[in-house]
Amino acid sequence: MGKNLYHKVFDKHSVGQLSSGQYQLFIGLHLIHEVTSPQAFSLLKQRGLKVRSPERTFATVDHIIPTESRERQRPLRDTLAEEMLVAIEDNTKSNGITFFGEGSGNQGVVHIIGPEMGLTQPGQTIACGDSHTSTHGAFGSLAFGIGTSQVADILATQTMSMSKLKVRRINVTGALRPGVYAKDVILAIINKLGVNGGVGYAYEYAGPVISAFSMEERMTLCNMSIEGGARIGYVNPDEKTFAYLKGRKFSPTGEAWDRALAYWKSIASDADASFDDVVELDGSALEPFVTWGITPAQSLPVTGAIPAVDAFPSDERPLIREAMEYMSLEAGQTMVGIPVDVVFIGSCTNGRLSDLQEVARLVAGRKVSPKVKALVVPGSMEVQRQAVALGLPEVFKTAGFQWREPGCSMCLAMNPDKLEGRQICASTSNRNFKGRQGSSSGRTLLMSPAMAAAAAIEGKVADSRVVFAYAAGPKGIAKETV
Amino acid sequence: MTAQAIIAKVQGRAVPLRGNDIDTDRIIPARFLRCVVFDGLGEHAFEDDRLGLKAKGNTHAFDDARFRGAGILFVNKNFGCGSSREHAPQALMRWGIKAIVGESFAEIFFGNCVAIGIPCLTAGEASLARLLDASEKHPSTEWTVDVEAGLVKGTAGAQSVQEAAVLPQGPKSQFLSGRWNSLNELLLNETGVAAVAAGLPYVSGW
Repeated sequence: MGKNLYHKVFDKHSVGQLSSGQYQLFIGLHLIHEVTSPQAFSLLKQRGLKVRSPERTFATVDHIIPTESRERQRPLRDTLAEEMLVAIEDNTKSNGITFFGEGSGNQGVVHIIGPEMGLTQPGQTIACGDSHTSTHGAFGSLAFGIGTSQVADILATQTMSMSKLKVRRINVTGALRPGVYAKDVILAIINKLGVNGGVGYAYEYAGPVISAFSMEERMTLCNMSIEGGARIGYVNPDEKTFAYLKGRKFSPTGEAWDRALAYWKSIASDADASFDDVVELDGSALEPFVTWGITPAQSLPVTGAIPAVDAFPSDERPLIREAMEYMSLEAGQTMVGIPVDVVFIGSCTNGRLSDLQEVARLVAGRKVSPKVKALVVPGSMEVQRQAVALGLPEVFKTAGFQWREPGCSMCLAMNPDKLEGRQICASTSNRNFKGRQGSSSGRTLLMSPAMAAAAAIEGKVADSRVVFAYAAGPKGIAKETV
Repeated sequence: MTAQAIIAKVQGRAVPLRGNDIDTDRIIPARFLRCVVFDGLGEHAFEDDRLGLKAKGNTHAFDDARFRGAGILFVNKNFGCGSSREHAPQALMRWGIKAIVGESFAEIFFGNCVAIGIPCLTAGEASLARLLDASEKHPSTEWTVDVEAGLVKGTAGAQSVQEAAVLPQGPKSQFLSGRWNSLNELLLNETGVAAVAAGLPYVSGW
């Protein structure tokens, strides 16, 4: 029986077992940002410890950064945000860590800049104080979110303690139909397996649908693994992975490239690898998904209706009722036609160039409903530059979208971008938790960029395949250009 | 931090919090993450849930005077899902929580709790139903969370309640040996770390 990628990479990075029986795991790439790192740096200072591997640590600012250019003038108007920004500037400077701030030209959401600069590579262990670190698994790395105590562990030792996970392979068979995207695949997986179905597991995504995905689609997929409870989600590296990495800022070159290729190929799951569990999902049967509730599993195909409370297992019913009450939705209702106040296109889930290209392609020549405030927030300054080079901002602005500066923005509303009151937001982000988008009574509907674009145009939830009259044929997502 | 207490037993009153999939955004809303220290987070634990209930004339368990000063939290399934923010267990700890007993926990939340010395013990659905009921009906009950024996017990009114509640072997040994924060132990093996790093082609420079 062969080994899967998870065990190969884990074993190569294991320093040994600790007294608890957990493993001391070497971390190849440590990404940090302004929210979860300041307390870790303080702890090192208190204990007189140095950052062990500043050259394996990279920082940016994303969560608190305003997305309107006039709001990005220093000092930031939000004094708490300014204090956090100063802290990461000082901490990175005094410890010799590379900081991708605005002045670097590479600022952006941490899970977007890692891959685009070639920092993220197959066969690495990658940790970051952010649960969406699973995104980097798209490259065949073991990438996972950690808390601040573990940020301190890694800063001080470049290792952390971790138990071994089980591995579940999720095979997505068939081929997606037009108008169905990576976002719909992951929402469907979470719907099927539940928000805690992945606890204790790493997810290996495989099958023809995943092989056909671009790297950016794989990132969208792996990004939301944690929403299904799986701390790690990954795709085995293949020719697409290698082609994506070729020529990036931190990618190896020359003979080193050849040696890298050999390593990257060696860590892929063996053809006869064993798994603790295998799940199949028929990609051909999928439709665009939209969430109706307050967890990412409370979702349904856009043509469906909210199920009756009794359709859920008895222990889930209280949460289903709570969700219906919070969202002011009822069993039997369809999502199509529900008015939206705000549309947010961006985040580490769907803030990449191909997401923006697809939205631009769909909304060109159309107008955002006058009732809707619609934001497009590029995931990074690099995404922003490439979008500008392609003329996308003009398309968005002409259609009535606001075109913003890069950051996490309205995914979690730690910056000035927030919902107000009970507003409903059609959002391409990853969490529809109560209050997630900055208003304690705000409501979030998660969906693909194409579905969010349709909601922006119609002013209500709509089937993007109907609104944009998708022609039969290959699915719409734009070709990979980054 | 350098010397850690052995955590074999946690004693105190309990605060019952019903509901599955209570996420870390609810435990501590993102706007309170605008800080460079964890101090002061305790008062904002569950702030939006508390205000939301208050607006409807209801009382959140964390606002209920009967549960003030409780050190043990009883919850249902998948508690702490979502964001990796350590601010969530830090807020609970600063509110006064020293141990949590639930049907299940999200993985990152569980690990964050271990690192700051909060054991999260898992018990069955029926056990939690009894613990939640008993702590609601008899808020003054003094409970004992016994990490070593793997149980929760207390005398609720006239009734003695005892439920099995366990930790995985690894974290259990960490609490019992006073090594729940791994940093000290991780620092001990720099030779081993350097050897593993040297064997990784991408670390050694291809």
